[in-house]
Amino acid sequence: MVGIVLISHSAPLAEEVAELACQIGGREAPIAAAGGTDDGGLGTSITKVADAVAAVDRGQGVVLLFDLGSAVLTAKTYLDEHPHAGVHLADAPFVEGAIAALVASAAGANAKAVTAAAEEARVVGKL
Amino acid sequence: MDVQFFVTWLEEVASVVQTQRDHLTQLDAAIGDADHGANLDRGFTAVRQALADTPPDTPGAALVLAGSTLIRRVGGASGPLYGTAFRQMGKTLGDAPEVSLAELSTALDAALAGVQKLGAAVEGDKTMVDALAPAVRALAGAVQDGAKPADAIAAAAEAAAEGARATIPLQARKGRASYLGSRSAGHEDPGAASTALILGALRTAGSR
Repeated sequence: MVGIVLISHSAPLAEEVAELACQIGGREAPIAAAGGTDDGGLGTSITKVADAVAAVDRGQGVVLLFDLGSAVLTAKTYLDEHPHAGVHLADAPFVEGAIAALVASAAGANAKAVTAAAEEARVVGKL
Repeated sequence: MDVQFFVTWLEEVASVVQTQRDHLTQLDAAIGDADHGANLDRGFTAVRQALADTPPDTPGAALVLAGSTLIRRVGGASGPLYGTAFRQMGKTLGDAPEVSLAELSTALDAALAGVQKLGAAVEGDKTMVDALAPAVRALAGAVQDGAKPADAIAAAAEAAAEGARATIPLQARKGRASYLGSRSAGHEDPGAASTALILGALRTAGSR
């Protein structure tokens, strides 16, 4: 299955979004949180991103989701430093995108389809 | 300019960022999340340590080491941005032991291109690009005019400082301040201010 990595400024935010996604999408697809700086503050850590990618990589691709600011830049910089055809960036809303991605991955979608599922969450209306 | 010049520059940056840490944080408190001074201070302190632990042999190696350290250690958006800038400079210079003014100009242009590719900011968005782009132009112009290295670097530093001051009336279109809309006007952009400090340190290093 395709791995999902959630990159946020806040460690608890990333972990809780992962937990929420698992409650809806199940615990079969691998998902990991990469939130906060190395010393536990607000911000992002490229080391945490690298560790999270390694933790969820089952050889079928990994999709990165991010919240804002340095989370976006850290995801792009990670991919620049570690070019990997199987790692995809999803330009998606953080919460809804994570849920859609996890559901798609658990259903056996490939990395491209998981990325598309996350990105489609942007245009799904709530009202 | 040899490796010692670039190490001196990076150490000078670490020193000036430490001195200006609270000023940068105050600028960031006005329109951001009040961590720019602390983040850059942590990053360049780590750069100083890395340069001492594994002394680089070439200007390119010194800049790549600085960039990689900033990417790993800063935590905020300035880590990937400045990290990419220094790494691009370093990669452009390759393993040459000596760097000419023209090569420095080319490397600074590559730094700007890397920052713009990563952050997608253009001039006028109220970001570090508003200080870096005029400095790149000033340096290239000075090289074209056959200026002496010290004068060319001084021109670049002054252009960066002017560019940073010119961000005060702008409304932010990129970065954290863009969430504030028109309330971001009236404050100097912290990223442009730190870019001006970094290029000011280049002038200081050149006069040593």
